[in-house]
Amino acid sequence: MTTYADVPGLVETREALGETTLVVDPARLGEACTVLRDDHGFNFLSDIAAADYLGWGEQDVAGYIGTAGGRDIHAPGSQGLARVPDPKPKRFSVSYHLLRVSDDPARVRVQVWLDEAEPVTSVIEIWPAADWFEREAFDMFGIQFEGHANLVRILMPEDWEGHPLRKDYPLGGEPVRFSDED
Amino acid sequence: MSTLPSTRIYEGTRIPSPVPTILEVDPEKHRLDDILRVNFGPNHPSTHGVLRLVVDLDGETVAGIRAVIGYLHTGFEKNMEHKTWWKCVTYAPRIDYVSFQANELLFTQAVEKLLELEIPRRAVWARMALAELNRIHSHLVWLGTSALELGAISLFWYCFDDRDQILDLFEMAGGTRMHTRYFQVGGLAEDLPADFTKEARKFCDSMPKSVDEYEAILDRNAIWLERTVGVGLLSADDALALGQSGPMLRSTGVDWDIRRDEPYLAYDEVDFNVPVYGGGDVYDRYRVHMDEMRESVRIVRQCLDRLDAMDGEPWIADDRKVVLPPRHELHTSMESLIHHFKIVTEGFTVPEGEVYVAIESPRGESGCYLVSDGGARPWRVKFRAPSFAALQATATIVQGLLIADLIAAGGSLDPVMGDADR
Repeated sequence: MTTYADVPGLVETREALGETTLVVDPARLGEACTVLRDDHGFNFLSDIAAADYLGWGEQDVAGYIGTAGGRDIHAPGSQGLARVPDPKPKRFSVSYHLLRVSDDPARVRVQVWLDEAEPVTSVIEIWPAADWFEREAFDMFGIQFEGHANLVRILMPEDWEGHPLRKDYPLGGEPVRFSDED
Repeated sequence: MSTLPSTRIYEGTRIPSPVPTILEVDPEKHRLDDILRVNFGPNHPSTHGVLRLVVDLDGETVAGIRAVIGYLHTGFEKNMEHKTWWKCVTYAPRIDYVSFQANELLFTQAVEKLLELEIPRRAVWARMALAELNRIHSHLVWLGTSALELGAISLFWYCFDDRDQILDLFEMAGGTRMHTRYFQVGGLAEDLPADFTKEARKFCDSMPKSVDEYEAILDRNAIWLERTVGVGLLSADDALALGQSGPMLRSTGVDWDIRRDEPYLAYDEVDFNVPVYGGGDVYDRYRVHMDEMRESVRIVRQCLDRLDAMDGEPWIADDRKVVLPPRHELHTSMESLIHHFKIVTEGFTVPEGEVYVAIESPRGESGCYLVSDGGARPWRVKFRAPSFAALQATATIVQGLLIADLIAAGGSLDPVMGDADR
């Protein structure tokens, strides 16, 4: 069993479903990632995945899509949430999925929690592969990565407003004009 | 995994700084007055979809480059947050439309991991057989289009002829030629038809001969060799730093394959080799693709033998909270009818948690990050797209190339824009 006690800024270590999650203080993410790369051999950044937990555990955010105005799927006895999910510390999580490409392969997830508009250090100096992954997280969630020299939109058009994967961004987010409005 | 051969194609690193994906014109090497900025794409036939490259040319030499993506962004991940888990399965194959079966496998595996659901062994081997057929299919599309771009037009038709036979097999198994939605959470949507293994064996007999023929066309073709050998160089260290995977990584000498090193399905029970080459150029990427097709045929053969031995076994898990009951029970069992109704209308629920599952897709590491709040819809779905990662290497591999070689180098990244843009 590998121990990650030497990772700077380590807040919590979670083991679930055979995966290790290291929750790290966002202010010390750079140090933590450097130690993971240099001392633990995580030479490969697989992915950076952000997630928005706005409305997590509240009604009408999960379960059957037809709940709006309909019956409450989370009511006791329905096949909705068996229990209210555990609260999350902040609104956004950013998960860095690391891989050790070696004779002794291993995977670990480094996770930081951020409030809205709270910046986090870019890991582009540690793994250049972070470039586009960070741009995507910025584009989709508005996560600010400090030290990224080209933090611009990547998937959405440059003049797009809003961050589409945020939970307060509607599914049909594009305004549609009808001819009778002109 | 064996030890990594230390491939040093060039000294140090070629990754541009401070932005690894943008190659700026170096004023010490080029006269800025001579630079011509040319826009490649997004609708250029050789960009493998809607990829846009902004190229700074000094004469015919590439002095600067910037890849622009997002033209095929369709918001799959956002849409999936609004669909029940079992409906999401249809979305996954459409993301990477060339390796559709691999993406379907990836998503169902990730959901099964959250559910901690064991799938029956017949489904495991059928999934492996189809995933490997899909790998051959994807490599054939890559080979045909890459050769086409370099002038070998005939190869394109040969490749698509073989590809068609694979699509026939998919049609036989799942009813549709692409985007089969044949993998279901818990196993397969239906059992394989009786003649499937027989027909698949016919393909396995013809495919290695086809690969030999392709090599006969290309390997002694002076134009093909001149256009690929030593073009688009990438060293092992740079490949790892840039998150390259699959054939891209194995062509730089890094002996890494998720199927062998972190086995999923039953890859630890089949016999296959992982081709590794150390040249780091377009030619070695071609070699890796060719060898992988042969190895995939070997794997498919072993799967077919096992499938014949498992004839008649269940193909989907017996978990009525997740899996639809057998059709015939709906007429006789009230309980089955209720389960069927609940799963089809509300969908099944998946326990709270987060997982990251990675598989070796034809393009490399395909990953799926799922977050569930315990409901019937995913809270967050994120795909780690190998094409997205591969395109990050563009600025590193094109340095000093001629504009014509840019096509060969860009094509060797094997990008599928649906995968990159999602």
